Amino acid sequence: MDPANLVNLVISGVLTGLVYGLMALGLSVIFGVVRVVNFAHGEMMTIAMYAAVVLFAALGLDPFLAVLPVAIGFFVLGYALQAGLINPFITRPEHSQFMLLVAVAIIMVNALLIAFGPSARSVQLDYLLESIELGPLLIDRGKFYAALVACATAGLLFAFFKFTRTGKAIRACADNHLGAKVIGLNVKRYYALTFGLGSACVAVAGCMMVLLVDVTPVLGPAYTLLAFVIVIVGGLGSMAGALLGGVLIGVSESLAGILIQPSAKSMFSFALLILVLLFRPQGLLGRRS
Amino acid sequence: MNARAAGLLAALAAALLALPHVASAYVLSVATLILYFAYTGQAWNVMMGFAGQLSLGHALYVGVGGYAAAALFFHFGIGPWAGLWLAVLLCVALGAAIGFLAFRFGISGVYFALLTIAFAEFTRIGFDHLNWTGGPGGLFLKVAQRDQIDLLNFRGPPAMYYYAMLALAAGAFLLCFFLLRSRAGYYWQAIRENEEAAQALGINTFRWKMLAVVISSAMTAVSGVFFAFYYNNLFPEQIFHISRSIEIILGPIIGGIGTLFGPILGAAVLTLLADGITDLLGALGWEFPGVKQVLYGIVLLVVVMFLPHGIWPALARKLGLDRK
Repeated sequence: MDPANLVNLVISGVLTGLVYGLMALGLSVIFGVVRVVNFAHGEMMTIAMYAAVVLFAALGLDPFLAVLPVAIGFFVLGYALQAGLINPFITRPEHSQFMLLVAVAIIMVNALLIAFGPSARSVQLDYLLESIELGPLLIDRGKFYAALVACATAGLLFAFFKFTRTGKAIRACADNHLGAKVIGLNVKRYYALTFGLGSACVAVAGCMMVLLVDVTPVLGPAYTLLAFVIVIVGGLGSMAGALLGGVLIGVSESLAGILIQPSAKSMFSFALLILVLLFRPQGLLGRRS
Repeated sequence: MNARAAGLLAALAAALLALPHVASAYVLSVATLILYFAYTGQAWNVMMGFAGQLSLGHALYVGVGGYAAAALFFHFGIGPWAGLWLAVLLCVALGAAIGFLAFRFGISGVYFALLTIAFAEFTRIGFDHLNWTGGPGGLFLKVAQRDQIDLLNFRGPPAMYYYAMLALAAGAFLLCFFLLRSRAGYYWQAIRENEEAAQALGINTFRWKMLAVVISSAMTAVSGVFFAFYYNNLFPEQIFHISRSIEIILGPIIGGIGTLFGPILGAAVLTLLADGITDLLGALGWEFPGVKQVLYGIVLLVVVMFLPHGIWPALARKLGLDRK
């Protein structure tokens, strides 16, 4: 195989992987703070994708511009979901939380099915067909910008948690739930904020993902599983780990197309998941709790 | 169990035994489905409800069990009674392997649940690429005469499948009844409530958790064999799919996790609910794809929000069945 082609594939995998990583980052942040596994994560992703498709079809809004309104909408949705539904469940056993979010996921997938039907939707933009030429390398323009936006969003989130008072308060809630309460933090409100932020990450990832693939309602469960694989590989609760996991899975998926059958690509991902769970259950960049 | 509970149980048993003589073919198929979910729910409950190990990948055992018996029948003409042994053996080996790896490496809670999903998904994609069992195109068993009972090859009229499933569900109920009152049952509950405390009391938690996984996977394997010979077709995309694993665990969670009647009640409630919604929407003329599932999801949401321990504990209290 032509080495330039191989490099092209790896680059394409890295770019797609960064968008995957941003999606998984949302899951990881939510789990890291609220300690609830969002089983409706992929379904939220598909809703964001549909939102971008609808804004483009109705208003001609470019998905790069749709990012902002969709992210704001998702922040509100996520905040409401945590404040209204999930907060009463944080002290309940895991299977109870699982059931709650599975019910939410079922409602989301099928509401999309009612609204848009089962056929695939996409966004058609001329520049998505263009490539950036760097010598022998060809980089897909849409993918490149999508990956940039994903990195920028992740960077903003890092900065938020590192430098702002609210970000520090959220980290305090994650580190020590009781201690945070004792010093007078309204933990439930910070949980809702966190869920809102995680949802906003998913919203941005969804707007970028419509530039790369067509969307159907049934993608939801597949993305949920993909997000699980990524965060476990990278380290559940670790922000950098989510991006690293996303890139690993993105590259492995694009190489699977030439090394093994494309349809078997997620078999590789799940094998990776099993190995990481067994030998490094805290993930590649995670801390042991 | 008090006298009232014993009376109700006897009445239920009599009604279930008499059902094929009075019910239509449709009602019988719904009843078979309820018993199927009651059985698989009971099997899952051994692991989660009794021993506290959350498996979200039980479709793995249904699929492997079903495929094992069906492939033997399809390729070599070996009947399900022999295939059953292979199915149980394979699933016990799989369950033991997953349990061994997870418990040896100290994986529990959410991580254990994700591990079980990973194994089921891995196997699903594997079967998609396994030509010996038909790959993604599926494996089909010849549909035989429906009016003659051929017990040797497990072929016969719907009533035969109904009684077989009834026997399985009743057997699973009795098994769980005795398991809960056995040494294993008490150890499991101790592990479920507080594993560290159980360990401190000298319980070999690894061994007893392994026993729960092995019993649960063996029981689920049997339901896979039934599935294969009842429906006569197997597709990896369907039988191993995560939604199948979720289907199995909804019954016990809705009915009442860790209880003996929970899985049975949950299976009945959920199956009848799905059917009822279909009928209702049909009568209203709202048969768009997705409407049924949205309503189903809303009901799940409401039950899990307001009845955190499931329907059965609340119902038992109302009916006065929980008094000694």
